[in-house]
Amino acid sequence: MTSANAAHSVVAPRPLTQRLAGAAVILYALVTMIPLVWIGLTSFKSPEDSISYPPKLLFQPTLEGYCNLFTTRTRQTPEFIAKLPPATSTCEVISRSRNMVIAGPSNYVPRFVNSLIIGFGSTVFAVALGTFAAYGFSRFKVPLADDLLFFILSTRMMPPIAVAIPIYLMYRELGLSDTRLGMVLLYTAVNVSLAVWLLKGFIDEIPREYEEAAMIDGYSRLRAFWKVVLPQATTGIAATAIFCLIFAWNEYAFAVLLTSGNAQTEPPFIPIIIGEGGQDWPAVAAGTTIFLVPILVFTILLRKHLLRGITFGAVRR
Amino acid sequence: MAEIRIEQLHKAFGEFVAVRESNFTIADGEFFVMLGPSGCGKTTTLRMIAGLELPTSGRILLDGEDVTFRRGSERDIAFVFQLFALYPHMNVRQNISFPLRVQRLPRREVRQRTEEVARLLRIDQLLERPVGGLSSGDRQRVALGRAIVRRAKAFLMDEPLGALDAEFRELMCEELRLLHGRIGATTVYVTHDQIEAMSMADRICVMDRGEVLQVAPPMEVYERPATRFVAGFIGSPAMNFLPARGALAPGRDSIAVSGHEVPMPRLHEGLVGPDAVLGVRPEHIRIGGPEGQDAPLRGRVFGVEYMGTRQLVTVDTDAGRLKVRAPNTLKVGDGELVGLAFERERLVVFDPATDRALRSDLHAGAAGAAHG
Ligand SMILES: Nc1ncnc2c1ncn2[C@@H]1O[C@H](COP(=O)(O)OP(=O)(O)O)[C@@H](O)[C@H]1O
Ligand SMILES: [Mg+2]
Repeated sequence: MTSANAAHSVVAPRPLTQRLAGAAVILYALVTMIPLVWIGLTSFKSPEDSISYPPKLLFQPTLEGYCNLFTTRTRQTPEFIAKLPPATSTCEVISRSRNMVIAGPSNYVPRFVNSLIIGFGSTVFAVALGTFAAYGFSRFKVPLADDLLFFILSTRMMPPIAVAIPIYLMYRELGLSDTRLGMVLLYTAVNVSLAVWLLKGFIDEIPREYEEAAMIDGYSRLRAFWKVVLPQATTGIAATAIFCLIFAWNEYAFAVLLTSGNAQTEPPFIPIIIGEGGQDWPAVAAGTTIFLVPILVFTILLRKHLLRGITFGAVRR
Repeated sequence: MAEIRIEQLHKAFGEFVAVRESNFTIADGEFFVMLGPSGCGKTTTLRMIAGLELPTSGRILLDGEDVTFRRGSERDIAFVFQLFALYPHMNVRQNISFPLRVQRLPRREVRQRTEEVARLLRIDQLLERPVGGLSSGDRQRVALGRAIVRRAKAFLMDEPLGALDAEFRELMCEELRLLHGRIGATTVYVTHDQIEAMSMADRICVMDRGEVLQVAPPMEVYERPATRFVAGFIGSPAMNFLPARGALAPGRDSIAVSGHEVPMPRLHEGLVGPDAVLGVRPEHIRIGGPEGQDAPLRGRVFGVEYMGTRQLVTVDTDAGRLKVRAPNTLKVGDGELVGLAFERERLVVFDPATDRALRSDLHAGAAGAAHG
């Protein structure tokens, strides 16, 4: 073996190390996947299978959980059900077999729409405001910039529950409680701190010569920002957007305190599903499974940026 | 094409003064080099001329028009940055044509002028390439192309060759000078490299710690440095400085260096303080035998470096250690006792209190006239 090869082995992991590291990663991935797989499987089980012990890995899949999730049902006597016209949908068949009839749609879809509007809306606002603020902090001499940045971050230091009561009272006065606008504003306010800090790091990494060159060549600062800075900050913006969306999407404490109907999001709604007619775990699991989809799609779409973004500008120019 | 005039230009960052009340005028079509060590305020001055930084006080006039508070985009000046400011998300053509597209020129004209500039810089075969894979020399050409394509009133270049290796830098220096010859646009070129400055400039502006010390053609800066800093910064090896006796009356034409009277150019102004500093370039010292009549200073050879046609001899004297540039035919060895004679009309006397050079026949007379 040459000395060059020997020297190389110091940097490149040895095959055994590499295999061990690979095994560790796979193990970790499996551990994090188990709850998701569990939820996914449970959503296709019947209520009886969902609570059987030991848990069943092989079972007769059913759509009952999904049917129950999207509908409200009332219990009827078998005589009443026998007199009804023939069932036209799978869900009707399933619910009649349980001596139930479908009374109407559940609140799942409106809550889901709330989650989409509030989650994506607040993300868009937080990232937009964060980008402008971060650019300002990065490029201009802002008086007391360090104090301001600390102050912005300090809004994240308290647990939400500590500020929830004052916000609740404030929102009641302003007529913002249980409105989508109120929730968008609230999540934007919480996320903007994260966005400013993350994005300032990214924008600091973009040499200011880029936009200065553009400005000397005739652009206004705003146009230079738009045409030169933004295209180079896409990675940072994507990464920031994912973090903001994950927060807003999953937020529970504020949502449970400030929303009850109109603007309720999924996180406070999903646990309520349990209560309606026994412990309907398949319906809860179905709600959770669907709830995971948008964020999964969003993350996969921005995956390329995320991977580079999380290294925080370590990859340069 | 434009004349750039700087009046009492001053820039402070908080307490720190980056540029101190500078005055100079850059003539139309001139290749003007700003030279000074890192941190002396060259970039700051250039940025103020470009409109990227507002001066604390003072004025900037472009063709007689006050542009001090005008935006960079309204000054019609092109800037080549110290670090390549090429847009990584655009290819070479898009980078070069950027300033034209900003002005919304017709597509055909953009195309034509971009290709013209690319041919001039010999990068026309790279036009469709992404800038990421270019060599540093080609990247710098693209940056130059971006500046030239607009036919701006003036070009400002901030150490544009700083990131290139030495060999390539020399080549680009030559190209830049040729290019200037062809376009003839007013150019302000910033560098900390005195050789670059000397070889390219019509005039050099030497700066130190925010102050403009001298503005003059390269030859004059070299032969008649205005201050001790200029004398020491330009020339390699640097000028020798010898402690001398002060209290000199105007009209004196010799100076006492460690007890020996050394003849020098006739002074036009006096020096009150008790001390003076005599400046002499290594090539203006002749080495002779220790008993020579015209060798006022004696010393012992400390070391000899051969440099091709010349050799650099270090001599320890009563007045300190001196560097002497001697022809390589001279045979001296370490430890040898030698006599040193100075070329009278080349000597400069500095006032150690102000570091300023005293005016003498050197400034008014023969040495200056001979080199124009
Ligand atoms: N924006 C700024 N804020 C504070 N100090 C600055 C700023 N820009 C430059 N300086 C300081 O001004 C001095 C001159 O800088 P510069 O003009 O870049 O020097 P040069 O280009 O000659 O190396 C340096 O000491 C630098 O630290
Ligand atoms: Mg500089």
